[in-house]
Amino acid sequence: MASLAALPLAAAGEVGEGFFRDRTTRPCQASSSHLFCWDWAREHIDRYGTPALQQLELVAISVVLGFLIAFTLALIAHRRRWLRPPLLAGTGILYAIPSISFFLLLLPITGRSRLTAIIALSAYTLQIIYRNVTVGLDNVPASAKDSARGMGMTDRQILWRVELPLALPEIIGGLRIATVSTIAIATLAVFAGAGGLGPLILNGPNLHFPTTIVMVIAIVVVMALTFDAILLAIQYFATPWRRARSS
Amino acid sequence: MSLTTPLFASFGGAIEFIFSPQASNVTGGKTVGGIDQVIELTFDQLEVTVLALLLAIVIALPAGLYFGHRGKGELLAIGLGNTGRAIPELGLIALMAAVIGVGLFNLTVALAILGIPPILVNTFVGVREVDRSTVEAARGMGMTQFEVIRKVEAPMAVTSIFTGIRTAAIGIVATATIAPLAGVATLGEFILGENVYGTNGVVAGAIVVALLALALEFSLAGLQRLLTSKGLKLRRT
Repeated sequence: MASLAALPLAAAGEVGEGFFRDRTTRPCQASSSHLFCWDWAREHIDRYGTPALQQLELVAISVVLGFLIAFTLALIAHRRRWLRPPLLAGTGILYAIPSISFFLLLLPITGRSRLTAIIALSAYTLQIIYRNVTVGLDNVPASAKDSARGMGMTDRQILWRVELPLALPEIIGGLRIATVSTIAIATLAVFAGAGGLGPLILNGPNLHFPTTIVMVIAIVVVMALTFDAILLAIQYFATPWRRARSS
Repeated sequence: MSLTTPLFASFGGAIEFIFSPQASNVTGGKTVGGIDQVIELTFDQLEVTVLALLLAIVIALPAGLYFGHRGKGELLAIGLGNTGRAIPELGLIALMAAVIGVGLFNLTVALAILGIPPILVNTFVGVREVDRSTVEAARGMGMTQFEVIRKVEAPMAVTSIFTGIRTAAIGIVATATIAPLAGVATLGEFILGENVYGTNGVVAGAIVVALLALALEFSLAGLQRLLTSKGLKLRRT
């Protein structure tokens, strides 16, 4: 923060090419009222690529891991209904613990590492995915299950060929919420020492340089909405019967 | 043995930090931590959390009830919900501090912005899912629009509304942890000030923040049970 005053107050038009290549100067900071400095953003966009990919990688691992655990738990609770209240309460507690707190509580155990971030982030996704899979399986019409049984299917066949496909919209719905929120929350992985886009906001003089913050927010929102759209498209192509019914 | 000893040493130090003041090497002889400071900062964090949550409810609840009742703005509500989830808290707080300025008022507004989408969307969806024939029956009994919302739609949507409020509360109390970035002291003080409070302070802050969040979550769950109408509870069992 102290380094702000030391920056040269050069107007963008007065400097040559070399000025922009020199990453130690920021022409737009001459006027602090600028919310977003296009020149600076265009010049420094390559700085965001690696952290953004790092954040996406954390999210991908965490959501896949969270999905595998939550999905398994939901299938177990599907047959053993007495497990439902404790599982809902347990995943609810993991969901309610703030991620930043979770990261730091893991520090004495797993240290500053990507593992710390992945554990906390996947714990956060459990409740969202577990609840959606359970609701999806509950909403399968009894008539569909009866028909399947009438055709001679076993419980296992009914689960994989009838119940789960019919529950797919809710399951993917849960995956969408989990993915979008985790992409946003993974910005806090800086507190776990796991990199991502968070360090760009938290470190250095950027706390008072809005352009960096706006860039990070924009990148996170665009990544989140892109993955939301991809999952929505997967749902659309994976459930052809829903289209047939609505047309 | 050698693996577990530092682990317990670290948590032990954090517990000690919570209950009794510690010497710090940067405050010049003054002690840091201790139960008094922990309680004070816990109340600071609770205060800004409750203020922001109330502001979010005051804005989002009537809007969700109205749009749900009218059955309008579905795309807007869902889009808002999705975009709201996608906003990084750290970015929002930092941007607010950099552009609008620091302080309790600005922070409350920024936190309320995080809380509005889940409350609005869940209220909207909850009201939309109320059985239309129930609403028709209420109209048939001569209820006005306002009475239909107050006596039928809102009570029947209470589970969904509380899902939204609890999601908002979890997000707000978590984000209030980084409030020191916006010049407001909360328990995040311990977490963000490692050079003053040491590693024990950081872990102590994380423990108290987690407990505060869980206490808030359980209180809201209890409140939800109190506010759910007896008839609806009967139906579910």
